[in-house]
Amino acid sequence: MLKLFALLATFLICAPAGATESYGMPKLDIGKGGHCVAPTEWMRVNHMKVLFKQRHETVHQGIRGSKYSLKNCVECHASLRDNSVIGRPDSFCEGCHRYEAVKIDCFECHSSKRSTALAQEDTK
Amino acid sequence: MSDTDEQRRQFLKTSVGAAAVAIAPGMLMFDMAHGDTEPVSSKVRWGMLIDTANCADCDKCVKACNKENGLSGGLSPTDSQWMRKVELKDMRTGRQLALPMMCQHCAEPPCVDVCPTGASFKRADGIVLVDKHLCIGCRYCMMACPYKARSFVHEPLHDQKPDVPRGKGTVESCTMCVQRVDKGKIPACAEACPNKSILFGNLNDPDSEVSRKIRTVASTQVRADLGLDTGIRYQGL
Repeated sequence: MLKLFALLATFLICAPAGATESYGMPKLDIGKGGHCVAPTEWMRVNHMKVLFKQRHETVHQGIRGSKYSLKNCVECHASLRDNSVIGRPDSFCEGCHRYEAVKIDCFECHSSKRSTALAQEDTK
Repeated sequence: MSDTDEQRRQFLKTSVGAAAVAIAPGMLMFDMAHGDTEPVSSKVRWGMLIDTANCADCDKCVKACNKENGLSGGLSPTDSQWMRKVELKDMRTGRQLALPMMCQHCAEPPCVDVCPTGASFKRADGIVLVDKHLCIGCRYCMMACPYKARSFVHEPLHDQKPDVPRGKGTVESCTMCVQRVDKGKIPACAEACPNKSILFGNLNDPDSEVSRKIRTVASTQVRADLGLDTGIRYQGL
């Protein structure tokens, strides 16, 4: 019984990882990467929902410092080469959005550059 | 103790353990959510008192505004101006006067009344903003504003400030540097003023510096006849 359970658990853990590999997902430049605010699989499905909620709370109620913020995404995931999450086929945001054919219009207004990099440019 | 009792105890222990494991991530999320700041409240009303006595040869507030918000500083009809210097002359007496003019952060903002999508709104703490996610660029608010405070973005923009998103097809205006105010700082213009002539503070707090000064010196609202109850007041008009 215990063996069966262990087998089931292993299968559950491996299944999502296996699924993403098999569909030829784009190879992304994840920038600094590291430990995301939520599990990768969950973020792939839900990032737009949490960003939508956060944007409303921040603009209308002035709630700042949420862990789900576009600025935070860019801070970790902008490429280390050009400090941007868009602009190249393997850029963190653009890579997936091209693959999924979903228009990404966040960066018509929002900065796609890592803010710490911009601050350094300013002081130069 | 009987065998059954022992088993029951064991069962209870494991259930409590399992429940703790199940609840722990939720508790963790709850703790992390405390990183958020509180929503703004109507106990605060942000406002300013601007002393125009020293404004004649100075435009440091306008420059600071442009720098803070990533504006070009251009003066063509299609350039955004969140804050501009207005020069006045009384033709009868010849008295000249200069003052910085921007969004007056009205308590009864006409721009909010006319907005068809709810993009133009007043925050609980009195700051009037445009939610550019909702703005369709109709520019009704620009026509409604008696202070000509709003600008429309005509061209695509690049390299916006991370804290000040701006984009083509939306209306924008002075935000009272909301990104700074939410962090406990004062607006860029108030900080840049060499004469400390722009006094920023909470109009609802009778002990704030700005409230105390408004009580003691004569100050006016621009176009007070419209009854908009502006958050910005001027001294020396």
